[in-house]
Amino acid sequence: MFLADVIGTVVSTVQIPVLDGEKLLLLRPVAPDGRGVSKTRIGIDRAQAGVGDRVIVIDEGNSARQILDAPNGAVKTVVVGIVDYVERDGELLYDHREGTRGSPGGIPGEKPGQKKVRT
Amino acid sequence: MYLARVIGRVVATMRSPGLEGVAMQWIQPLDEYGQAMGDTLVAAAAISSGPGDLVHFVDGREGALACPETFVPVDAAIIGFVEEAAIGEIDLAEIEPDMAAARGAIGTRSAPGARGRGGAGGKQG
Repeated sequence: MFLADVIGTVVSTVQIPVLDGEKLLLLRPVAPDGRGVSKTRIGIDRAQAGVGDRVIVIDEGNSARQILDAPNGAVKTVVVGIVDYVERDGELLYDHREGTRGSPGGIPGEKPGQKKVRT
Repeated sequence: MYLARVIGRVVATMRSPGLEGVAMQWIQPLDEYGQAMGDTLVAAAAISSGPGDLVHFVDGREGALACPETFVPVDAAIIGFVEEAAIGEIDLAEIEPDMAAARGAIGTRSAPGARGRGGAGGKQG
């Protein structure tokens, strides 16, 4: 699993049946401080994530098929969680919780703290 | 799963069993700016895509799962058309593909010597 920033959405109508009804997100894999670390990819959203969120991504087929309950589905990349904060040695590298400001690795143009309330 | 542009078709008459009728297409993976990302590759098409189309594809073992016969030697498959790829205000699907540039990056062979068996294989860079 790795961290990624959701940088956009992908809409596809003609696709393999296992992807029907799934939301696709454009993901930029990042280090905790927001640096891009690998190739941009597309993931299936299973965490109600949106643009501006930093998310946890699985890029592995067996896990993806298990999550999507599709034993023979040609799927690989799935967004499985939304990151609230990342901490290393007591230092907050990324903070996207409600009411906090200045997420260090946010998307340009994206307002930090602009989040739906979570309990 | 990645974004890609279909830049050409690949025709092979001699194939591994199970791959009969599966279209092979030449694709260029794209980044979030619509720019080429990495090397081009050949992918099996699980949809009726063609050159110029913006698509998404899956690589690895899952590529074979998108084919009619799932135990086949395929490691990339085109699995959907991209209608819209929105990054902020930009929609990558509305950018006209520069096919000449896409192909020019790899070069095309038209020399007579390239024809016939053995001419098309093993040229992957």
